[in-house]
Amino acid sequence: MSSTTASAATAGAPQTAGTAAAKKPLSPQGAKRRRQLAQWGFIAPAVIFMALFFGYPLVRNIVMSFQDYSPTTFFTGEAPFNGTDNWSNVFSDGLFGKALWQTILFTVGSLVGQFCIGLALAVFFTRRFPLNGILRSLILLPWLVPMVVSGIVWRRIFDQDTGVLNSFLGTIGLPGDTPWLTSTSMALVSVILVNIWIGIPFNMVILYGGLQEVPKELHEAAALDGASAWRTFRSVTLPMLKPVITVVLVLGFMSTVKILDLVLALTDGGPADSTQTLGTLTYQNSFVQMDFGAGAVVGNILILISAVFAVFYLRVNRNEGK
Amino acid sequence: MATTTQIPAAPAPATVRPKRRWGATVFGLVILAVMLFPLYWMINTALQPDASLVDVGPVPTGVDFSGFTSAITEQGGNLLTSLAVALGAVAICLAVAAPAAYGLAQFKLRGSKTIVFGTLITQMVPGIVIANALYSAYVDLGLVNSYFGLMLADASLGIPFAIVLMRSFMVSIPREVIEAAEVDGAGRIRTFVQVVLPMSRNSLITAGLFSFLYAWSDFMFALTLNTTDEVKPITLGIYQYIGAHVGDWGSVMAASVLSAVPAAVLLVLSQKYIAAGITGGSVK
Repeated sequence: MSSTTASAATAGAPQTAGTAAAKKPLSPQGAKRRRQLAQWGFIAPAVIFMALFFGYPLVRNIVMSFQDYSPTTFFTGEAPFNGTDNWSNVFSDGLFGKALWQTILFTVGSLVGQFCIGLALAVFFTRRFPLNGILRSLILLPWLVPMVVSGIVWRRIFDQDTGVLNSFLGTIGLPGDTPWLTSTSMALVSVILVNIWIGIPFNMVILYGGLQEVPKELHEAAALDGASAWRTFRSVTLPMLKPVITVVLVLGFMSTVKILDLVLALTDGGPADSTQTLGTLTYQNSFVQMDFGAGAVVGNILILISAVFAVFYLRVNRNEGK
Repeated sequence: MATTTQIPAAPAPATVRPKRRWGATVFGLVILAVMLFPLYWMINTALQPDASLVDVGPVPTGVDFSGFTSAITEQGGNLLTSLAVALGAVAICLAVAAPAAYGLAQFKLRGSKTIVFGTLITQMVPGIVIANALYSAYVDLGLVNSYFGLMLADASLGIPFAIVLMRSFMVSIPREVIEAAEVDGAGRIRTFVQVVLPMSRNSLITAGLFSFLYAWSDFMFALTLNTTDEVKPITLGIYQYIGAHVGDWGSVMAASVLSAVPAAVLLVLSQKYIAAGITGGSVK
């Protein structure tokens, strides 16, 4: 309101005065409402988009998990409700428990590996040495390659007979015939290794950024007190880094728990389902067997796990904020 | 940098220091070599004439571009599809996210906190769950196997991130600047387009770049929302390629190299915006 009058006063142009006069009959409340309505116009498209692409699927998945989908459903449009059949079918199938366990192994293994190596590299790069900046940015390159492509490149490297990894191991005198992706005992380990490789750059960048924020004076003070490098790191750096660590781990968890492309490119969930995770199981159920009901059940459980983690994360965050 | 010049650095034992520093450089190079080896191997394999044979040499001696030739003839169209879909996704993403980020940053509206919170929550929704429900909706709407459908789905990968990122930037635009524009008689939309957007250029570029990368590397929506070969991005192309040409690793790797090029080019061009974008977007 005040700005309108001000502009009318300074400009003094007849039209400006005219619009100001035209707006006058509106009560202050009406004007406020109008302004708010116009402001909502900026936000509305995003809200609608997110409601359609995130809200709707969440609700729809719950409904779908109680419906009977079959390969013909999308021609006939018929997916009758079948109570809790999908749920009991999924739970009674041993594959679900297996996929759940493998998801846990995959997520925890990947997070621990990514985080530890990422942190070590971040600390390493806080030292000053020639070419530091260039090396640091080049390490990000693996991040640029689409995940499915990374998976395919590693699939080639891991090949038991013709892969470079085994031929390298053979050259240096180690057993060079490990069936990285083709044995049920090794495949999950191999997939985790690749995911660690993928996650290192991200962990490193964020943690490096966090380390830059830790005041140098604290380190100097600790050094003056005679603390060793390791002690300083544990008692000064790590506590200061805690908020950043939480962010890295949460983002890492969210991207790892639902991973699909990497597993499909490396092993397609095999051999003998030994790399099947909840993400791939959802995909298999829905898009390979066209049983969207079963897919929705597994998907809902995946959401539930994420939600539990989200609540936990928000709790931690709130406590820290106060 | 500034601190080094200010502190009258004690004349350090100049004889020892440089040596130790180069030691770290060497160690850094080793780390880099290990980390980048798979990418090197991808390029190396792509350039070998008989990449499918048992022994791929450590360096491409007789460089051979036949892998690239067949990759371009067979996957060139898919590369263009990826480019079109990713650019479309970026356009949708920025058009939806930028006004929202501005509104959430500068307007005092009831409920905007809830929306910001909701935006963060959406990033926790697994993509395959979205695909699961989206597929049936897409069938009903006739969006399966369409460029527009895939662009929309891919835009959803970048929108929450773009909102959070740009909002955290736009919060710092001083109110006086916006008020001054309004005093000059600019409407809300004109203020947004002519004042806010130019000021937020860096965050727009970063958000756009990330949504491009998300859309470019999307595999899941490409895989699930397309039932025919009409709309096939490069990620899906390469995935199906290994099914059909297991023996021809040279071409597969050449296609992989090509799929990494646009992202690398973009990143080099906008290097300076990235670091700020990553940290600004995730740590806050």
